[in-house]
Parts: sequence; C-alpha cells; structure tokens
Amino acid sequence: MTYHIPWIVFLLPLFSFIIISFILRPFLNYRPKLGGYVTIGAIGAACALSFWLLVEVLSAPGHKLEIPDIQWLLIGDLSIHIGLMVDALTAVMLIVVTIVSLTVQIYSQGYMHGDPGYHRYYAFMSLFTACMLGLVMADNLVFLYLFWEGVGLCSYLLIGFWFHRPAAADAAKKAFIVTRLGDFGFLAAILFLFYKTGTFDIGELHGLAIAGTLTGTTLTWVAIGIFAGAVGKSAQFPLHVWLPDAMEGPTPVSALIHAATMVAAGVFLVARFFPLFENSEMALTSVAVIGGFTAIFAATMGLVMTDIKRVLAYSTISQLGYMMLGLGAGGIAIGIFHLFNHAFFKALLFLGAGSVNHSTGTFDMREMGGLRKAMPWTYATFLIASLSIAGIWPLSGFWSKDEILVSSFANNPILFYLAMITVFMTAFYMFRAVFLTFGGEYRGGASSEHGSHGAHQLHESPKVMVIPLVVLAALSIFSGWLNVTGRFDEFLGHGEVHSFTQGFFGILTHPLPWISLILAGSGILLAYAMYSAKWLSAEAIGKAFSPFYALFSRKYWFDELYERVIVGRVLVDGLFAGCGFFDSRGVDGAVNGVADGTAAAGRALRQAQSGQLQVYAMAIAVGIVAIMVCFYLFG
Amino acid sequence: MSVGLEHYLILSAVLFSIGLYGALAKRNAVVILMCIEIMLNAVNIALVAFSRYVVPVLLTGQIFAIFVMVVAAAEAAVGIAIIIAIYRSRESVDVEKFDLMKW
Repeated sequence: MTYHIPWIVFLLPLFSFIIISFILRPFLNYRPKLGGYVTIGAIGAACALSFWLLVEVLSAPGHKLEIPDIQWLLIGDLSIHIGLMVDALTAVMLIVVTIVSLTVQIYSQGYMHGDPGYHRYYAFMSLFTACMLGLVMADNLVFLYLFWEGVGLCSYLLIGFWFHRPAAADAAKKAFIVTRLGDFGFLAAILFLFYKTGTFDIGELHGLAIAGTLTGTTLTWVAIGIFAGAVGKSAQFPLHVWLPDAMEGPTPVSALIHAATMVAAGVFLVARFFPLFENSEMALTSVAVIGGFTAIFAATMGLVMTDIKRVLAYSTISQLGYMMLGLGAGGIAIGIFHLFNHAFFKALLFLGAGSVNHSTGTFDMREMGGLRKAMPWTYATFLIASLSIAGIWPLSGFWSKDEILVSSFANNPILFYLAMITVFMTAFYMFRAVFLTFGGEYRGGASSEHGSHGAHQLHESPKVMVIPLVVLAALSIFSGWLNVTGRFDEFLGHGEVHSFTQGFFGILTHPLPWISLILAGSGILLAYAMYSAKWLSAEAIGKAFSPFYALFSRKYWFDELYERVIVGRVLVDGLFAGCGFFDSRGVDGAVNGVADGTAAAGRALRQAQSGQLQVYAMAIAVGIVAIMVCFYLFG
Repeated sequence: MSVGLEHYLILSAVLFSIGLYGALAKRNAVVILMCIEIMLNAVNIALVAFSRYVVPVLLTGQIFAIFVMVVAAAEAAVGIAIIIAIYRSRESVDVEKFDLMKW
C-alpha cells in the first residue's frame, strides 16, 4: 500500500494543474478563488502524505522504500522505466517542498488578490510543485531530467508572469537561456553515463560508483557535467547572473522557486549523485571551491543593492554557495541540512519582502523605512529570519552554517576563511535591509507591483499572508534543532546521536561557533552603526571605497561581459556570423550550385540538338556501325 | 565464274551504302528521298537473293520484297507530299534550312 503514496503525492498537484487549466480557467473564470482552493487542497494533502512518507522512511530498513517500477518506453533492448525512489534524501526534500509550497500558496491568496491572471498563477504554481516533487522522487536519469526541465519551464513561465512588462519577459528569457547552458552539461553527462554503463537507473549507478566499476576520468567528467547542471540551476558562479533578474516575477514565486526549492534542486542533484562525486577527488574539490567562491562573491554584491528583493537574491546565491561548500567539504547531510533550514528562513524573508511591498508598493529600500510600527508581524518574522540567516545561536541558520564552517575548516582552510568573511557580510547585508526597511522614518513608497492599491495607507498585510509568515518563522527557529542531537546526520548518512542538551549548549564550548557568532554580531553592529544609529555615514564609506562600491553595485560587470563580449562578440559576431556565412555560402551555395550546374550542362548539351535530321541519322548510322564492329571484335 | 549468293549480297551492300551516303550527305530533299528508295531496293535484292539461294522452296523472302515495294511506294508518295508542302511554305528543298526542331 505504501508504494502508492509517493505516486499520489506527485499526482495531486499535477491534477490540480489539470483541473485549473482545463476546467476552472475556461468555465469558471468568474470565480477566481476556486483555483487557489484547489491548489492549496492538493498541496496540503501532498504535505500530509509527505509526513506519512517520512515516518515510513524513518522506520524502513536502510531508510529506503521499495517502489515497483512501471515500464515507460521499450527501444530495442533498452527499457526505460518510470519509477519513484523514496529514501532519506527524498523524504527531506518532500517535506521542504510541500511545506514551503503550501505556505506560499496560502500567502499568494492575499498577495495575488484581484490579479487578472489568478487562475494562470495557481495553474503554474501547481505544475511547478508537481515537477519539483517528481524531480526529488525520480529514480532514473531520464525521468529526473524531464522534471529538471519541467521546473525550469515553470520558472520561466512564472518569472515572466507579468509578461506585458518587458523587464519581466527579458528576465524570463535570461533565466531560461542561462540555466540551459548548465543543463547542456547535465545532458551530456547523462548520455555519457548511459554510453559507459548502459543504465539510467540512479540506484544502479550508485552501486557502480561504490563498487568501483565507474572510476577515473569517466567518473570525473560525469560528475563535472552533473555539477554543471547544478551550477546553472543553483545560480552558482559563473552562471549566477539570471537569479537577480528573476526577481521580476511575483514575490511568492521568488520565495518558492528562486529561494527555497528550484534553485536548491542543483544542491539536491549533487547530493543525489553524491556516491559519484565521492569517488572523484577533483569533482568534490570543484564543488567546494565553486560553492565557497560563490558564497563570498554573491555576498559582496548583496552589500550594496538597494532593491530588497535583489539583496535577498544575492543572499540566496551566497547561501546556495554555502550548501555546495557543505556538500563538497562535508558530505550530503551537511549540505542538505543547510538547504533544509535555508528553505524556511529564505522563503520567509521573501514573503516578508512581499508583505512590505503589499503595503508600500515598492521594493526599493530607500523609499521604505519605519515599517516596524505599521507592520509588527512582518517586522517580527523578518527579524527572526534575518537572525537565523545571520547564524545567531540558537536559530536554525546557526546550526547548519556551523557544520559547514567546521567541515571546511577541517578540509580546506582557504575556503574556511572565505566562508568566515561571508558570515560577516551576510549579517551586515541582512541587517542593513532590516534597518532600512523597518527602522527610522517612513520615506514614501511607490505604486504597487500589481496595481491593486491606489493611495497608500501603511497597513499590516491580511491574515492570510501573516499566518504563513508566522508558520515559517517558527520553522526558522526550530528546524535547526533537528540536528542538535545529530539525528539528521544519522538519517541522511552516518553520524552519532547524542543528547539534546549536550548538543544544544555543548556547541558553545568550542571556539569556532564563537568566532562566527562574533563575526555575525559585528556585522549586525556595523549595519546598526551605519543605517540605524547613523554613527557612520553610509555615503562617506561608499565614497571611501568607491572602486569597490562601483565593482559591487555594477555586479562585477558580469552582465556587460556576458552581453557585450560573449553574446555580442563571440556569439553574434563570431559563431552566428560564421554559421550565417556557412548557411548563405555553404548550404545555399551547394543547393544553388547543383541548380546552376544542371542548367549549364543543359546549355552545353542542347548544342547537339541542331534540328538537322541528317545529323541525327548520321548519329544513328555511326552507332549501328559501332555496335557491329563491337560484335565482330568481341562477340 | 558463276554468280552466287555473295555477289548479290555484295551488290546489295554496295547499293545500301551508296543510298546511306546519299541520305546522309545530300542537301536536296528529293535526292534524299531517292537515296532512301535505293536503300530499300538494296534490301529487296538481299531478300530475294536469300529466298533464292537459302530456302528456294519457300517464297517468304520474295513476298516480303513485294511488301517492301508497296511500303516504298506509299513512303515515296507521302515523302514527296511533305516536300511539296515544305517547298510551298519555305520556297526551298534544302534540308539544312529546315531547322524548326532546333532548340
């Protein structure tokens, strides 16, 4: 019986998508609320079943459920199955995806209220959730890749949800194309793996990697290819440019897709194929290095952004870098634990930003300020999430970040120092956002993202938006405690379970957590000094470090580099011009050449058609004589 | 020296060659028609000679020769009619000037 549950979990949001797009939207468009209810119902049920599955997995031998496959395609001897696998990693991801999705869907009822695309919004959100659930449960590479592209498609559709705005349409295209670069590496890795091993099954591939059949350069290249896919999806350097622009989508979309789930799919992918990475020193090192570098690289840009969603976007990239660093330096459990905690507090931060926008109508922090009094719930929850992401004991971010720092300290000191500096930066930019948004006096505001408000009265968001914030705030505090006893590590891999109090307070007897706490505290203090108490002038500091300020605020000129140099010079002037030349001269030349050659041959041959019958007769006579001579000589 | 089959065949071949040369080389359409008649008659000689020397009992070859004469007569009539028609329209019987079938 239990093996039906994963299928139901996957199919519920899919049916919700089908019902909304084929029944509600065409026939019941005048009752927009129905779409929201159907989605929330489906995802709520999926969430409850996910908890059931978690319990099943906890008690199953080896933390893995056996689910029979269904045959999908038979090509010659190759049989491709569709099947789901539910192991510890999947169970954790199911919980993350369904909880965040459920809270975001409930929140969206308030946020998207009155939007003409309400049904479309919920249809895409359902489809996204279905694809994401399929992605985490898929047991073979073909099926996994299908959903991998599916979430990319939904991301594209939802970033460009307000497609009438050119910025949104462009951002959607940018996100799709940039992630596609990484997906190319992933696809190449899948095909190469199949060529070498003849199987798509993830379990079998794990077996081959562990048994040592799959080794050496093959394994390294496959791991690098898979990691390329993860770099694209998780917006790691150098494919990070799409995520800040993706903030053009509705804010709940950013919370669900571009903070908690889809961008974490890259981290999940590396974790899913961890046995392959484990056996290749080079692949594992590159995961750690790219992750560690991205963490600090994105954090520097987060320091200077004025758009609250962009601060959060760079923060997401930076935290995803932490997860990669955790995977590369420490293993599955550490990376996934940070993913688990990050999903809740980052979704909360985005929903909080959305709530602020709902009231002020802007994302520009320079036009906010003083919202602490008008929006106490939003302020309190945002503050909790900020403390959590900054890594303040005993909130959830502290526990996972500490594990990452410890493992990188043991593994790679340079990355450890980078990560430590990032801790300081994270605390600084988050509290810069908190003080600019909620502290001081109100500075104006602007027209709303979705135009449902005219005159702006600062107000707390409706209950339907506040309750998800509170739920996520609770999770931001407590989700980290799951691993205080080492239970999470034990569940996902190996580790010893110790008592709660020993873990909870014992961690403060080590020096490393204190260093990171002091760094985070000084980051918060600096933000307070600059943006709340005004002991230091932000402008003066900006001037003093103006080269750095320019570098960070122009995002290291990566957009310009990609657009002007790579797209403009290499692609348009180089590759495309070359292909165009080949097409107009080579391909067209061949086609026209055949035609011209035939015509020229015709012109030459028609000279023989003189119209002189005697010439024709002569030819016949000569031919006959020739035949006769041939008979005489050879016959 | 007695006259045998080969003499008739040589005569036939010589006549055929003369006719072929004329048909290919002459420019006057009437002469070409006459040359074709010579070729047909060369064939008739060969047919009759074979009939006489190879299968004297059967008259097949001789009957065939008579058929050829009939066809030749009809062909001459049609040929001359065509030549007259061409002459009326183009005022010439020079075949090199009849190049309407040219590309």
